[in-house]
Amino acid sequence: MIEDKDKVMSKNNEAVHTEIKEEILSKFPPKVARKRDKSYVINEPGTGQAIQANIRTVPGIITQRGCTYAGCKGVVLGPTRDIVNITHGPIGCGFYSWLTRRNQTLPEKETDENYMAYCFSTDMQDENIVFGGEKKLKTAIQEAYDLFHPKAIAIFSTCPVGLIGDDVHAVSREMKEKFGDCNVFGFSCEGYRGVSQSAGHHIANNQIFKHVVGTDDTIKTDKKFRINLLGEYNIGGDSFELERIFERLGVELVATYSGNSTIDSIANSHTADLNLVMCHRSINYMAEMMQTKYGIPWMKINFIGAKASAKSLRKMALYFEDAKLSEEVEKLISEELAVVEDEVAEIKKRTAGKTAMLFVGGSRAHHYQELFKELDMKILAAGYEFAHRDDYEGRDVLPSIKVDADSRNIEELKVEKDPDRYKERIEQSKLDNLKKKDPEVENYIGMMSEMEAGTLIIDDISHYESEQLIKKYRPDIFCAGIKEKYAIQKSGVPLKQLHSYDYGGPYAGFKGAVNFYKDIDRMVNTSIWSLIVPPWEKEAEINADYISA
Amino acid sequence: MLLRHTKKEVADRKALTINPAKTCQPIGAMYAALGINGCMPHSHGSQGCCAYHRSSLTRHYKEPVMAGSSSFTEGASVFGGQANLVQAINNIFTIYDPEIIAVHSTCLSETIGDDLPQIVANAEVSGKVPKGKKVIYASTPSYVGSHITGFANMVQGIVKGFAQPGIKSNDLINIIPGWVEPSDMAEIKRILSLMKVPSIMFPDTSGVMNAPQTGKHEFYPQGGTTSKDLSRIGSASHTCALGKWASESAATLLSKMAQVPFTICDIPIGLKATDRFLMELAKVSGHEISQELEFERGQVADIITDMHQYLYGKKVALWGDPDQLIPLTEFLVDLDMKPIHIVSGTPGKAFEKRIKEICATKDITPNVKSGAQADMYLMHQWILNEPVDLLIGNTYGKYISRDMDIPFVRHGFPIYDRIGHSYFPTVGYKGSMRLLEMMLSAIMNKMDREAPEERFELVM
Repeated sequence: MIEDKDKVMSKNNEAVHTEIKEEILSKFPPKVARKRDKSYVINEPGTGQAIQANIRTVPGIITQRGCTYAGCKGVVLGPTRDIVNITHGPIGCGFYSWLTRRNQTLPEKETDENYMAYCFSTDMQDENIVFGGEKKLKTAIQEAYDLFHPKAIAIFSTCPVGLIGDDVHAVSREMKEKFGDCNVFGFSCEGYRGVSQSAGHHIANNQIFKHVVGTDDTIKTDKKFRINLLGEYNIGGDSFELERIFERLGVELVATYSGNSTIDSIANSHTADLNLVMCHRSINYMAEMMQTKYGIPWMKINFIGAKASAKSLRKMALYFEDAKLSEEVEKLISEELAVVEDEVAEIKKRTAGKTAMLFVGGSRAHHYQELFKELDMKILAAGYEFAHRDDYEGRDVLPSIKVDADSRNIEELKVEKDPDRYKERIEQSKLDNLKKKDPEVENYIGMMSEMEAGTLIIDDISHYESEQLIKKYRPDIFCAGIKEKYAIQKSGVPLKQLHSYDYGGPYAGFKGAVNFYKDIDRMVNTSIWSLIVPPWEKEAEINADYISA
Repeated sequence: MLLRHTKKEVADRKALTINPAKTCQPIGAMYAALGINGCMPHSHGSQGCCAYHRSSLTRHYKEPVMAGSSSFTEGASVFGGQANLVQAINNIFTIYDPEIIAVHSTCLSETIGDDLPQIVANAEVSGKVPKGKKVIYASTPSYVGSHITGFANMVQGIVKGFAQPGIKSNDLINIIPGWVEPSDMAEIKRILSLMKVPSIMFPDTSGVMNAPQTGKHEFYPQGGTTSKDLSRIGSASHTCALGKWASESAATLLSKMAQVPFTICDIPIGLKATDRFLMELAKVSGHEISQELEFERGQVADIITDMHQYLYGKKVALWGDPDQLIPLTEFLVDLDMKPIHIVSGTPGKAFEKRIKEICATKDITPNVKSGAQADMYLMHQWILNEPVDLLIGNTYGKYISRDMDIPFVRHGFPIYDRIGHSYFPTVGYKGSMRLLEMMLSAIMNKMDREAPEERFELVM
């Protein structure tokens, strides 16, 4: 075990990785091994390596992935506080997604609508499966309306809904017309629609774009710089930290998709002048559609990591071409970084040289590498749970991705320029110029190009593969989610949850970076790992060694 | 206020469930299967089901929950999930090498009509099930019953998969514990060993869902009922099935398959239910109730006499699963407390009847509801109308507790935000002591917090 680690650490070469990969795959039935093989890459940046991603999960392999419903209702729509989200289906789906993603939200007033702590479901019964559930759904929507008079009601379809043919869209239209003062819209996000949560993100983007974005044209402040932050879900209060930063800079955050958001902010978000994209995987559709329809340019940014945050703010300032803003940004960065650097200098003494693996999400496995680098830690391997090839290889690869049967299920909206609301935010030549300077203006370069040569990249890793990586490489920390957490920890390696942050956070922005450094320091240096073997067994080992010698 | 939108006025709802007091069948099937040694639960549906159940059980136990999924896509949903399940069975045996795979269905595979017995038979015929290994299964449509129903169905699946008629051993008792914590299962086993009653408990998650940290992940921990023991359940002289909802159907099936007579006991929570359980054990085994147990009973009675003043007359709202709520309500009544609001999402008319009977012995007329729209929203409304001094139920009660500043004892499933339930039982007399400690601490902490300075007490 240790021997393997030393070998890998000293050479970190392709041969060792390949040997370990072959050993792992040899456990699988041959067909499965051939399929999994394509999801492995030993990174060589700049060589145009391809990785297999966003394809069907191998049944029974113990995947990290969840379903389309989870991506739609749980991830994208979950954080918006004032929509009554009704799950149309048996009780489980609504129950499991009830508050478990810990999206924090802060209404301005005590009396503001906030349904975050509520779970709404039609709790379908067998008679609804046999005779159809539309009638029950209509009654449920009516009851929700009568009880709460919300601004909006959203309907989320679970697996049986699509199979029995309930038309949630027709029901939503009918109820919306009936009420007149409540936006009702549905999502065909049945769990089986796609190969992972990712399909649910796309479905969520489409329906929000169709039913919410662009429905309120009023510009509510006279702030000069107006942006949206896309793909930031306020896990652990990340959005609060970013709101703090933008507020200090005098930049108006029209809408966040969808951390700490309201439906009104999303309805109004087409009036912003720039979209900053955090999680490319879950929200790139929205960025593209808003660019086409309303003319809002987008940039890929990353507020995970203090240096990455600074870089992202500078990028935004460059776009707005405003000396005052640039000055404010520089001032903020120098103040915030001063604090961060003091903290990290102390912590780095204990984390430098330690190793990490990240297998999580559709952008987090990439973003969080920044924070580990700031701690002088080494990334041994990384991979996504539900990302696509563009998240690994960059968007340049998009034209060459074949659309398979599973992706074809998801509607691609035909979006055109809005005759009234389209507005050129920046001269095309200036935008082109920005693109020349920065490869991530209206583009994402993906994870692989930013990882060191010789690191291992694995898509949709299974439990068995994770367990073997732990055995072979013994990283000092492994990043994944709740399902993986205790199996890895029982193997003696701490696991940092990067979905729920282990109930800590925020980790975004400058204050978040410091929180992360402290948490990782605690995890990789905790005393418990040295206390696991009882002292009498340690003694026995020493005695045995003595006798055998 | 986190639950600021709850209306005090209770209006009848026919279709909308708000803040459920139950979840769906498959998670119960998964939990039951984890109580078999060397068993890998498998969810036949889209992979979100499995991901959600694993996440939920993991949050509750803070333990690895290993389970497979058939990972349905649209194609499987249209053409049937047979190919996915057969492939999954092959992959699981090849990669993870369990003794047993316990397959449960989901709303998806039930709606399209996948036939588990036929698919499993097919996997066996085509050589995907290695010699000596076994695939058991249960039909667990999410749109019927609740997580408790799913648990009961998988326990039936265990009986179906293992029971064989055998020569009755006079000295062997089966215990079907129902959906209780691993700590509770361990406590029931301790009681049996104190009474020297040879027994087989199934399922048994003790040692699985509260496994030690050793630095090595045991994919199949030591705990769980072994297949060797399961092959003997048909030879037991009697089955004690704890809880009508979670255990009756399996006991009934076993009596049909192997002529093992059974009694349905309440889960031994509180004094009287534990008394009855011990007497039943004594009756069916011919063994005496041990002195140690009588000693523990005396300790429970002692705590109650010592601390009665803090419990007397206190109003309680409780929610959870019927098999737990019935003996718990009885215990509260015996403590001279007043259980006035009781909700269970699991359907069953017999539940409401039992609760009313128990409460009637002390002239309490509770608000009680089970099944459709018996949810935490209704519970909250009842509490707004008639406030209580104590809440007992799963983690979701913390929102009501915080908004209304009501002491809160966590009990049932899920408990996402505290530890203890997997290590310390609430069944048996030991469990009664723990319940008393938790209730008293919750009530007395509030007294301490709110007492005016001049009336703040050192000794209580």
